Amino acid sequence: MNTSKGARILVVDDEPAIRRFLRTVLTAHGYTVFEAARGDDAVSQVSAQRPDVIVLDLGLPDMDGVQVTRVVREWSQTPIVILSVRGGEADKIAALDAGADDYLTKPFGTGELLARLRVALRRGARTTSEPIFVFERLRMDQTKRVVTIDGKPVPLTPTEYDLLRALVNDAGKVLTHHQLLRAVWGVGYDQEMHMLRVNISNLRKKIEPDAARPHYIVTEPGVGYRLRIIE
Amino acid sequence: MSTRPDPDALLARVTAETPERKRGKLKIFLGYAAGVGKTYAMLGAARQRKAQGVDVIVGYVETHGRAETDVLLNGLETLPRKTIEYRGVTLSDMDLDGVLARKPQLALVDELAHTNAEGMRHPKRVQDVLELLDAGIDVYTTLNIQHLESLNDVVAQITGVIVRETLPDSILDAADEIELVDLPPDELLQRLREGKIYVPEQAQRALQKFFRQGNLTALREMALRRAAMRVDDQMRDYMQMRAIPGPWAAAERLLVAVSPSAFGEKLVRRARHLADELNAQWFVVYVETQEKLKLSPSQADQLARTMRLAEELGAQTQTLAADQVTTAVIEFARARNITTIIAGKPARPRWLAFFRESVVDELIRASGDISVYIIHAEPDRRAKPARVEWMPRRPFLRYVMAVILVGLAIGASALLSPILHLTNVVMVFLLAVVLAAVYLGRGPAVVTSLLSVLAFDFFLVPPLLTFAVSDTQYILTFAALLVVGLVISQLTARMRERADAAREREQENATLYSLSRDLAVAADVNDILRALETNAVTMFGRQVMVLLANGSRKQLELVGKQAGAIDDNERAVAAWAYEHNQPAGRDTDTLPAAQMRFIPLRTVNGVIGVIGVAPSDSKSHLSPSQRRLFDTFASLAATALERARLSEEAQQAQTIKATEDLQNALLNSISHDLRTPLVSITGALSSLQEDDGTLSSATRQALIENAREETERLNRLVGNLLDMSRLEAGAMRLVRETSDIQDAIGSALEQLDRRLQGRQVKVDVADDVPLVWMDFSLIVQVLVNLIDNALKYSPRYTAIEIRARAQSNQIQVQVMDRGPGIPSKDLPHVFDKFYRVQHPDMVRGTGMGLVICKGIIQAHGGTITAENRLGGGTLITFTLPLKA
Repeated sequence: MNTSKGARILVVDDEPAIRRFLRTVLTAHGYTVFEAARGDDAVSQVSAQRPDVIVLDLGLPDMDGVQVTRVVREWSQTPIVILSVRGGEADKIAALDAGADDYLTKPFGTGELLARLRVALRRGARTTSEPIFVFERLRMDQTKRVVTIDGKPVPLTPTEYDLLRALVNDAGKVLTHHQLLRAVWGVGYDQEMHMLRVNISNLRKKIEPDAARPHYIVTEPGVGYRLRIIE
Repeated sequence: MSTRPDPDALLARVTAETPERKRGKLKIFLGYAAGVGKTYAMLGAARQRKAQGVDVIVGYVETHGRAETDVLLNGLETLPRKTIEYRGVTLSDMDLDGVLARKPQLALVDELAHTNAEGMRHPKRVQDVLELLDAGIDVYTTLNIQHLESLNDVVAQITGVIVRETLPDSILDAADEIELVDLPPDELLQRLREGKIYVPEQAQRALQKFFRQGNLTALREMALRRAAMRVDDQMRDYMQMRAIPGPWAAAERLLVAVSPSAFGEKLVRRARHLADELNAQWFVVYVETQEKLKLSPSQADQLARTMRLAEELGAQTQTLAADQVTTAVIEFARARNITTIIAGKPARPRWLAFFRESVVDELIRASGDISVYIIHAEPDRRAKPARVEWMPRRPFLRYVMAVILVGLAIGASALLSPILHLTNVVMVFLLAVVLAAVYLGRGPAVVTSLLSVLAFDFFLVPPLLTFAVSDTQYILTFAALLVVGLVISQLTARMRERADAAREREQENATLYSLSRDLAVAADVNDILRALETNAVTMFGRQVMVLLANGSRKQLELVGKQAGAIDDNERAVAAWAYEHNQPAGRDTDTLPAAQMRFIPLRTVNGVIGVIGVAPSDSKSHLSPSQRRLFDTFASLAATALERARLSEEAQQAQTIKATEDLQNALLNSISHDLRTPLVSITGALSSLQEDDGTLSSATRQALIENAREETERLNRLVGNLLDMSRLEAGAMRLVRETSDIQDAIGSALEQLDRRLQGRQVKVDVADDVPLVWMDFSLIVQVLVNLIDNALKYSPRYTAIEIRARAQSNQIQVQVMDRGPGIPSKDLPHVFDKFYRVQHPDMVRGTGMGLVICKGIIQAHGGTITAENRLGGGTLITFTLPLKA
């Protein structure tokens, strides 16, 4: 897809070494790279350069990445991939809830970064959600409300179906616990974590080949879940 | 023997001179009576010093309106006096703080023996002067000879005027210079007649009595002698210091043996005279025998007064514990080369000497070549001790009881007299006397004996119901009954007093014991304070407060629960007590108007703070024995607090040591672990960089793969280090949420996906395992660490098993491998910091993984254990409670 190659990427990080590394790698893969070292600069670059995706570091000297996300989300749906360090779960959740699309924990491999960027670009390019989702053996047809594994229908409860649909509609994107609870149960169920856990567990038992080592529904510890769309 | 200067004495003199530089110099203008011109002389000398450029101020000078003196005041800076409203009267005295703040080189302070107005810091002006000297300010002052403590009696004898304001003689010795201001008595009387001497109206008569030729001559002689003695001393000191041989007076050494009686003070004063005249060194000892251990409170107080007076008069005092007074005194005298022993004449009836030799008699017999001076004196008029009121409660009732007792005896003897001979019936009365002595005390017992004799005569001896006696042999019975009765009452009463004293002492000991026991078990300062507070309430019925000096030493901080319950005035008193290392406040010599009494907490390392006792109301004072008890209380408190402080310091040192050890181990371990991956990475990268095409693509791939693995290892290590430091700092905060342990296991395996590389992993989570309230990310990390260990330490072809089970109130998770297991000697240590099991040919760990696991599990309230599996391999089990 041409949307991937030649896409414009804004890299926001205050560390020159990381910016240089990202520029080198991304340019080599055919992306056009812009850079910003500060939050305010990032915001003005987003409006001036209209990038296709933003790679945003959470720890910036002037304003933190969560704030940048909020400001950008006021007028732009440009996909945002957050860069964070291990242990910064609270910040990650805040950024995701503020509208960021994905996150990567430093240090990360180039392959992983490129894969996440591809997902983000695809999501950014998509205008309406596809009614039929297929990934490996899993197939979901929202027009018929049918989920199959290897073509065999899987009986799901309405809640499990809604949960899977929420994941599928944002396939590849991390959905926080909060976002999932709202999408499936609605406002007011934000604290009912156990319902989410139980339903995820049941859903996995029905669609995963090995529930102990989930393949489709990936747990992001302390943050939420994601539906895997890239092996 | 004494012709050569004693090296110790020389040294003492040298050390005495050196610090004196810092202390102010004291010059006393000594006169023998008011009006001889002391103030005039002092002002004259001060003007001279001022002319030499010395910074002189007038702290307090009373000119009594004498014109010639007033003139001298002109041109000298006079500090305003401090005035205090006291019961509607405005009193003024020297402003001590003003002088201290002004810090002149020389301060003039008139009338050294003056008693300050109530409300000033010190009750006595001499204390003000000492404080000025301590502050490094030179002081000129004036003093009349009759104010000297040791001359007090003599002056009273000669002039008939009792001088109330007295000063310890040591002040004269402490003076660096003494200037005698002399005026022949005739001229003094002339001046008095001319009205040149200020005489207050009310004291007119007394002074007229005082200003008599004979009195003045005697006083003048005393003043002259005192000054001469001082010059003599200085001369002797000088000669000795310069090793000038001279006709040394034979070194007389006096020893005064004192008893707890009021007579002791008199004895000490007389001894001081003798010592002065002989220029002798003198000692005062009190021998504490088993018997005398039980002193009544007033006796103990009297003894303390005597000893203090002796110290004030310049004696060396000592209390000796011994079985026998005489032997102890003689032994002490021999050891110190005493030439003369001074003792008081025993004031007791002569007939008693018949039964028991007095201490003085024994002394004289045992003294050998040591002279013994016996001094006679009636007990001191001024210091008459309060009579020991034995059994003070309702004494009247006791006498009534005595009469009833005699009545009962009469009844009993009336019943017995038909059966027994009359002389045996007397025994009934003796029994009454004994009962009275035991239960009612000395007075009632004496009354009982007297009444018994009378009653016996009246009711039992024929002719009955008269006091007449028909048979003269009954006179002997009467006499025997009386004497035996009196002796029994005396002896029994004394025994009882002793028992009472013993009981009192025992109680004191018991309270002190309970305090010291409480203090001994107190682990820290707070415990000690609690012990002090509760014990103070039981011992004194009042509150104590402890103020401890903080690091900067100047600031006193109130510790304990009554923080803030002390006002600024009391705090100032406490600060004074602390800075001067002396008791202050209520019932002391300093700031006695204060509410609380403060005692410095002295330890071997100096004063660490003060302890204050607050009275229950403003009227109540501590009794002398309570004060003594409080002193002991304070010293126990000081020791305990010092101990707590030291142990705290020791603990801190230990913690620092442990931290250092840890840091060293960490550095050793980390530097190795950090460098190893860097070596591989740098090596791989530089090979690739310098490659000119010779490396095969497989080699290049291998290098890259290796570098990448090593970076991951490095990343794990840094992650572990961060977790470790968070654990160490106690900053590991749990973010708990309802979590599925199966999900956590899955996440851990997902994270280890790369490293698993097709290893067989068996996950067995029972269906009944409930959701757990836990920090999901941290438990994932525990699982990652455990599974990673299992991977590292077991062969590739073996499976790794993970099992989760529900238990009554917890879940149990086990991670098992089929590796070599853990040597049993290492099992107890695997969760210790930086402990590494030595596996030959195995991957080295960092010694942090399991420690972090343990930290995380313990933070959850769970447990983690390691054991060896049956059939080989390691089994790590951890539990997590279901309810936090």
